[in-house]
Amino acid sequence: MSSGDEREIALECRDLHKHLGEGETRVHVLRGVNLKLYRGEVSAIVGPSGCGKSTLLYLLGLLDRQDSGSIIVQGEEAPPDKEGDHTRIRGDHIGFVFQFHFLLPEFSAAENVMLPMRKLGRMSQEEMEKRASSLLSDVGLGEKTHRLPSQLSGGEQQRVAIARSLANMPSVLLADEPTGNLDVKNSLMVFESLTRLAKEKGQAVLIVTHNPDLAEKCDRILRMQDGQFID
Amino acid sequence: MSPNLRIAVRFLFAKKRSMLMSLAGIIFGVGFFISTQAQLSGYQELFINTILGTDGAIRIEDRIQDTNVFVSAPTSEGANTNFFVSDRENRRFVEGIEHPESVIEAAMQLQNVEAASPVIKGTIQLQSPLRKDSGQVFGINVDQHIAVSSLEDRIQIGSIAEFRAAPMGIIMGHKMASRLDVTVGDSVIVRAIDQQRRVTIVAIYETGVSEIDKTRVFMHMSATRSLLKKPHGVSFIQVSVFDRDHAIVDALAIENMALHFSAPWQEREKSWMQLFTTLKLSAAITVSTIIIVSGLGMFSTLFMIVMDKTREIAILRSMGYTRNDISNIFLWQGFIVLVCGAILGCGMGALITFGISKLPMPLSGIFATDYFVVRSTVWHYLQAVSAAVVIVMIASLAPARWASRLIPGDVIRGTAT
Ligand SMILES: Nc1ncnc2c1ncn2[C@@H]1O[C@H](COP(=O)(O)OP(=O)(O)OP(=O)(O)O)[C@@H](O)[C@H]1O
Ligand SMILES: [Mg+2]
Repeated sequence: MSSGDEREIALECRDLHKHLGEGETRVHVLRGVNLKLYRGEVSAIVGPSGCGKSTLLYLLGLLDRQDSGSIIVQGEEAPPDKEGDHTRIRGDHIGFVFQFHFLLPEFSAAENVMLPMRKLGRMSQEEMEKRASSLLSDVGLGEKTHRLPSQLSGGEQQRVAIARSLANMPSVLLADEPTGNLDVKNSLMVFESLTRLAKEKGQAVLIVTHNPDLAEKCDRILRMQDGQFID
Repeated sequence: MSPNLRIAVRFLFAKKRSMLMSLAGIIFGVGFFISTQAQLSGYQELFINTILGTDGAIRIEDRIQDTNVFVSAPTSEGANTNFFVSDRENRRFVEGIEHPESVIEAAMQLQNVEAASPVIKGTIQLQSPLRKDSGQVFGINVDQHIAVSSLEDRIQIGSIAEFRAAPMGIIMGHKMASRLDVTVGDSVIVRAIDQQRRVTIVAIYETGVSEIDKTRVFMHMSATRSLLKKPHGVSFIQVSVFDRDHAIVDALAIENMALHFSAPWQEREKSWMQLFTTLKLSAAITVSTIIIVSGLGMFSTLFMIVMDKTREIAILRSMGYTRNDISNIFLWQGFIVLVCGAILGCGMGALITFGISKLPMPLSGIFATDYFVVRSTVWHYLQAVSAAVVIVMIASLAPARWASRLIPGDVIRGTAT
């Protein structure tokens, strides 16, 4: 992290706090999280179950609102109360991979990958199709672009989800246990797809994982406990 | 195709069966709406035509006693301007029309007036060899009267030509003829106050209106004058018009010009017209319940889709789809069902209407018909479609709003963690 100051910051958060639950079950989940994600760098978050990893990821992905603290994506601050801004920033800059793949079952692999592109509306149908099939080839699914999710294995579905998260060339890729329910071989394959693409295309990648082997392969490991990073 | 529409279509197809049920409901609702309105309008139309063919568009009757206040006021230029202040509530009438020619002349000045026929009316007794009956005699000038009524077309036995040729001939309604047990060629005695004549039945008519068919007898004007001892004047003038919807205005104009009470058909048959309007409204409401029920079905199907698709919705949101996009996806689904339902429903309505018009339905009493009468207008289609639009809109708004309010973080946390 010595050369950190020269690298481009894709996402930054300062002193994030988040409570979850109501009344007596209200929990102080995140207790002041600070983080910088650089382009071209793959970071891993590890930590015990329930320490707040997913919560942090949803906040960084602007899928939820923080109670205090700020999030800056590509130099633009995303205030917690500006719903419209969140959606736009998400569409422009952020790709998400969830623990479960969450593909739309009615759409083929290629169509699922095209959904974010269609929303952004910057490409023609042809360009979108080309990009979708190249993204799917990158994750080793070049032959299966027209299959429905139900006709793919769990690992394959997860790889489609990765291809989809990269569709709009986001500057930040957030992955919450992307290999959580895959076997060793598939885990590795998915992980490699993620990191390779990130390296090639200069994205900032943040992966939450319980797999120490995978974490070791990342450029940086962030350890979390009780809603804070520990050194 | 917009991305939202594309997603809407796929979501819709995933719930084909329940959606088809709602769609069928809308199709049937719209179709029945159109066909019931067509039937009621058909009967209304037939009824109006019967009125116009029997009692005419406008009937000019008693003279109005001059209760108008003549007001004269100087204008700014110094000239005098005259106008009447009429007092419609407190008018008094003098029975009959003393000078029918001048009244007719006044009426005929109106562009919309087609023809006018003076009629003398009186109560008579009729006696056939076997029976007695009472009725009303209409003394007419035959050529003038067939111009203002459908009498000629309503003749079943005999003809107008035979009537023309027989000074002491009468045209009798078929109900009266069967009561008296007489037919064309038979003689009957007609009696008024202190006069009686032997007349010959030269034609028998049927209007389908029992009240007319069993009482009304047509006789030549001169014979009627002598029978009723009315050497001059007439009872009323029957007027036909080109545009029946304009009759109210024409009647008012005639009243003001000729100073005789004039009743347009709309006023004379007001209660019947109100009955038809009420029937149409109640049919519309009844049939709309079909659409409402399918709207409810659609509402629950859309809610099911939203519940089924919370993860997908969250995912779409995480990809940059806005709340509005999500809402639109569900509104599109409603819209697609609506468009299909409206188009197919209109087709079905047209088909049912056509089918019904071919069903035999012999009917007489207030009008006569052998088949179901139908009359479709664009309005019926528009009303049916509007009902569907409103109901589907209501049915899709709530699910759409609910879907758009889902918070992606909550949804994903609920399943992923
Ligand atoms: N709705 C809620 N109300 C109260 N507490 C909640 C709620 N949702 C989550 N929590 C708590 O917040 C904490 C952080 O949850 P989070 O999902 O971020 O954990 P995590 O680090 O991702 O765990 P895991 O590794 O098991 O996925 C947990 O202790 C959890 O019990
Ligand atoms: Mg988690």
